[in-house]
Amino acid sequence: MEFANLSLTEIIELIQNRKVTATELVSYYISRIQKFKAKNAVLEVFDDALLIAKEKDDFAKSNSTLPLLHGIPVLIKDNISYKGHRLTCASKFLENYVAPYNATVIQKLIDAGAIILGRTNMDEFAMGGSTENSAFGVAKNALDDSRVSGGSSGGSACATALGLACFTLGSDTGGSIRQPSSFNGVVGLKPTYGRVSRYGLVAFASSLDQIGPITKTAEDTAIVMNIIAGNDEKDLTSSQINVPDFTHKLGNNISGLVFGIPTEILNLIKKTKYFDKYQKLFNYINSQGGILKEVNIPHYEMSLPVYYVLAPAEAASNLGRFDGIKYTKRDESAYSIDEIYSFSRTKYFGEEVKRRIMLGNFVLSSGYYDAYYMKAKTIKNLLKTEVTKALDECDVILMPTTFGEAFKIGEKSTDPVSMYAEDMFTIFANLTELPSISIPFDKGVSGLPLGLQILGRHFDEETIISVADYFQKNYKEKA
Amino acid sequence: MKTDYEVNIGLEIHAELKTKTKIFCSCKNSFGDKPNTNVCPVCIGLPGTLPVTNKQAVILAIRAGLALGSRISPHLLFDRKHYFYPDLPKAYQISQDKLPLCIGGGIKLDSGKFVRFNHIHLEEDAGKLIHDTFTDQTFIDYNRGGVPLIECVTEVDLSSAEETVEFLTKLRQTLIFADVANCKMEQAGMRCDVNLSVKKHGSSELGTKVEMKNLNSFKSVYGAIKYEMNRQIEELEKGGKIVQETRKWDETKEITTSMRKKEESKDYRYMPEPDFISINISPKDIDKIRNTLPMMPEERFKKYTEEYGLPEQDANLLISEKDYSDYFDNCLKLFFEPKTVANWIMTDLLKLLKSANFNTLEDIISEEYLCIILKLLADKKITRPVAKELFEKTIQTKNNPLEIAKTEKMLSTISSEQICKIVDQIIAEKPELKSEYKVQPDKITNFIVGGVMKQTQGKADATFIKDYVSKIMN
Repeated sequence: MEFANLSLTEIIELIQNRKVTATELVSYYISRIQKFKAKNAVLEVFDDALLIAKEKDDFAKSNSTLPLLHGIPVLIKDNISYKGHRLTCASKFLENYVAPYNATVIQKLIDAGAIILGRTNMDEFAMGGSTENSAFGVAKNALDDSRVSGGSSGGSACATALGLACFTLGSDTGGSIRQPSSFNGVVGLKPTYGRVSRYGLVAFASSLDQIGPITKTAEDTAIVMNIIAGNDEKDLTSSQINVPDFTHKLGNNISGLVFGIPTEILNLIKKTKYFDKYQKLFNYINSQGGILKEVNIPHYEMSLPVYYVLAPAEAASNLGRFDGIKYTKRDESAYSIDEIYSFSRTKYFGEEVKRRIMLGNFVLSSGYYDAYYMKAKTIKNLLKTEVTKALDECDVILMPTTFGEAFKIGEKSTDPVSMYAEDMFTIFANLTELPSISIPFDKGVSGLPLGLQILGRHFDEETIISVADYFQKNYKEKA
Repeated sequence: MKTDYEVNIGLEIHAELKTKTKIFCSCKNSFGDKPNTNVCPVCIGLPGTLPVTNKQAVILAIRAGLALGSRISPHLLFDRKHYFYPDLPKAYQISQDKLPLCIGGGIKLDSGKFVRFNHIHLEEDAGKLIHDTFTDQTFIDYNRGGVPLIECVTEVDLSSAEETVEFLTKLRQTLIFADVANCKMEQAGMRCDVNLSVKKHGSSELGTKVEMKNLNSFKSVYGAIKYEMNRQIEELEKGGKIVQETRKWDETKEITTSMRKKEESKDYRYMPEPDFISINISPKDIDKIRNTLPMMPEERFKKYTEEYGLPEQDANLLISEKDYSDYFDNCLKLFFEPKTVANWIMTDLLKLLKSANFNTLEDIISEEYLCIILKLLADKKITRPVAKELFEKTIQTKNNPLEIAKTEKMLSTISSEQICKIVDQIIAEKPELKSEYKVQPDKITNFIVGGVMKQTQGKADATFIKDYVSKIMN
C-alpha cells in the first residue's frame, strides 16, 4: 500500500480499522526515507522503531479500542528530547549526546500511541532559514533538488511533503515551522506562545520558541494539536488557559468572518511580484462572504530589528551550557579551563551560531543593555498592544509566509542580512505571541508553492485552523 | 593602626536556605551526600530542561526579609547572571538583579548603630569543584547546584573587624531563629564577601574598594579585615595607591593576596530570566508568612528576663542558640518553672551536649521526659540525688523516666508525717541534741538529716527535714 499521499486523518482511519499494521507503516516509511536519502531530510531513523511497531501490533491484537495515534510514525525535529535517543540540534557539538528524558510533547505523543520514527535535519540550534546551517549538510527542497527546504525545520517540512512519516514536529522561533512549510507546500502551525510545553525543546530564544506540527492538511494539524497542547507544570511559561477541541470549528464557512490585512504588509506585498495572487485570494474571500478590512500595526517594520536583538541575546544565554565540560564534545588540545571553553566552542559551533552568540553577548553587555535589549523589549510589548488592538477589529490577520518561492541552495548563505530579511513576515507572530498557520495557497513563477499565513487571536488556534482548512478544501489555486 | 584613617566595610553574605528540595527542581537539598547523587536533568542544566520554582524557597527568603526588617517586593522576578565556570552547568546562575525580593532592612548592633541592608535576593547555588592533587584531576559535584541561597547585601556601614563579626553573629542568629537557614559555616552554608576601603577622617569620598571573596568563618572575616585595612593604610602612608581588585584570604599565612584586577572583572550580562513569568506577592501572602515567623532572640530575651524573671546572663545563654531557646520554651509548656528548667539546661544538659556526641538538646533527652523528672522532683516524689540518677538512666535507656522510677523503686513512699516521726524519734533517743542545737545548729541539723536518710535509704527530702528540725528546735 502507498501511504505517502495520505493525510494523517486517512492513515488513522486505516490503522484504527485494522486495514494496516504499525509494522507495515514503519517499514513503508523506513524504505521511503531510504529512497529519498539524497534529500537529507532525516538525520537518523531510530533503530527501535520497528520493535515498537511490533509491540503496537501485539497490543492491537488484544485490545478492541486503540489510542488515537496508535501506531502512527512521527518524525521529530532534532532539537526535541526523546529519552535514550540521540539529540544533536544538527550540531557537531552535540553529535554524541543521548537525551536522558522525554520532552513533554514526546511523552504525550507516546501516550497517544505514536511511534517516534526518527529525527529530522535542521539549521544548527534552529538558527537559520534554509537548513544550510546544519552541520550534517543541507536538506533539499521536497519539490526541487536545487532549492533549499527552508528552515530551520527544513527536514521536518520536507519529510512531511515527501510522506516520510504521517506528520512531523518542528519548532518555531521566528518562522522555523511556517517558512519551510511554505517552501515545501505543506501546513505548518506555530501555536500561541505557551500553548504547547517547551519542556524538552532545546532552547534557542526561550521567550519566542514554540513546538508545532507540520502536516499535510489543516485537519491533521487540529488532530496533532489535540494531543500536544496544554499546560505543563514543568514549563512555567505554558498557559493554564483551557485547551479546546481543535477540530471543533472544522467545516465552518468563512461567511461573516473579518480578515484583517495590515496596511504595512499590504505595502510590502505590493512590492513583490505576487500581488495579483493575493488580490485573487482577497476577491475569493469576498465572494464567500468574508469581510476584508485594512488594519494598522504602525511599528510593524520594527519587528525585524527587535527580533534580531532579542533572539540572539536569549540564544547567547541559552547556548552557554554547551561548553566542552559535560556532555558536549571537547577539543582535546585544550589544557586550561579557559581553553576548554574557547577551543571547544570555536571548533564545534557553526559560523551562524557563533555570529548570533556574539551578537547576543554584545547587546547584553554592560553599557549596551538598555540601548538594545531593553529597547527591543519595549517595542515587542508595543507590537503586542498594536496587534491586540488590530484583532479587536478583525477575526484573523492574513499575510504572506515568505516573499516568494524557495530560493536556490547557496543563494543567500553568504549574505546573513538578506537571509535575516527572509523572516520579515514570520517573526511578527513570535514577537506578538500569536498563533499562526501557513498553508500553500498558490504557485510562484517556478511552479513552486507560495505560503499564506493566517494569524489569530491569542489562544484561538481553532479559528485559524478552520480558516486554513476551508481555504485548503475550497480555494482552487492551491499548489 | 594610624588613627587618622577610617575603615568602610560592606558585606555580601550568602546563606543556604533550609528547604527540603532544591530551588528549581525536586532534588534533595542535603549536605554531605555522595557526589552527584542529588542531581537531575534540570539542576545539571541538560538541554531542553526548564526551572520550576520551589515555593518553600520563596517563603523562606521572604521570612528572612521580614525577620531583618526588609520591605518585600510585590513581584517575584528572576534574572540570569552569566559566567563560565565548570561548577555552573547552565553557564548562568538564576538570580535576581533588577528587582530583589527583599529591599532595605538592617541589624542594630549593641552600640546602637544600625547597619543597613541594601537588599536581600534569592538565587541558586553552584556546584563544587574537587581537585585531586594526587592525580591532578578536577571533579565536579553538582549536589549543591540549585540549592536555594539568599544573598544579603549591606550598605557600607561597618567600620571595624569587631563590628563586622558582631553584625555577622547577629545576622546568623536571626536567620537561624527565623528558621530560614542553618548557617553552618563549616559546610559553606554561610559565606561572606567583604568589600573594604580606607579613607582619611573627614574625607567625603570612599576610598578605592578591595573585595575579599568566600570567607568561610568569622575568624577569617576578622583576620582578613584586620590584615587588609593595615595593608591599605600602610600603602597610602607610603604614598602608594589602592588598586580596585579582588583579593584572596590565605588562612595559613594570614595575609591577603591579589586574585583579579578590576580590568579583569566579569561582565555578568544580566538579562530577565525568560523561563519565568512574574508572580505577584500580595500583602496577604506576606502577612501569612509573617505569622509563621518564630519569635526573634531579642523578643525572647525580653520575655525571659521580664516575664520569667530570669537573670540576664541565663537569658543570654538560652538565646545564644535557637536549639536551647526552643527547648526551654517547649519545656515551659509542660512544666512552668522557668528558673528550674533553665538551671537544668545550663548545667546538666549543656555539659552533656559539649562532652558527648549529641547534636541537639533533644537528642540528649526529650522535653517531655525531662519535665517528668522535674515534676517528680517538685512533687517531692524523688529527691535531688535520685532525680540526677533518674536523669542519667533515662538518657542511657531512652525509656520513660516514670516507668524507670517505678520499676527501679526510686519513688519516695515516705510521707511527711513519717519523716516527722523519725525526727521526733531521733531527738527522743538523744535529748542532748536540743541543747547542742543552740550552740551548733548546722551540725545538729545535718546529723538529724543523716539519721533520717539512713533510715529511709535517702528517699526523704532534705529540705523538708531541715525545715522541720528548725521548727521544733526553736
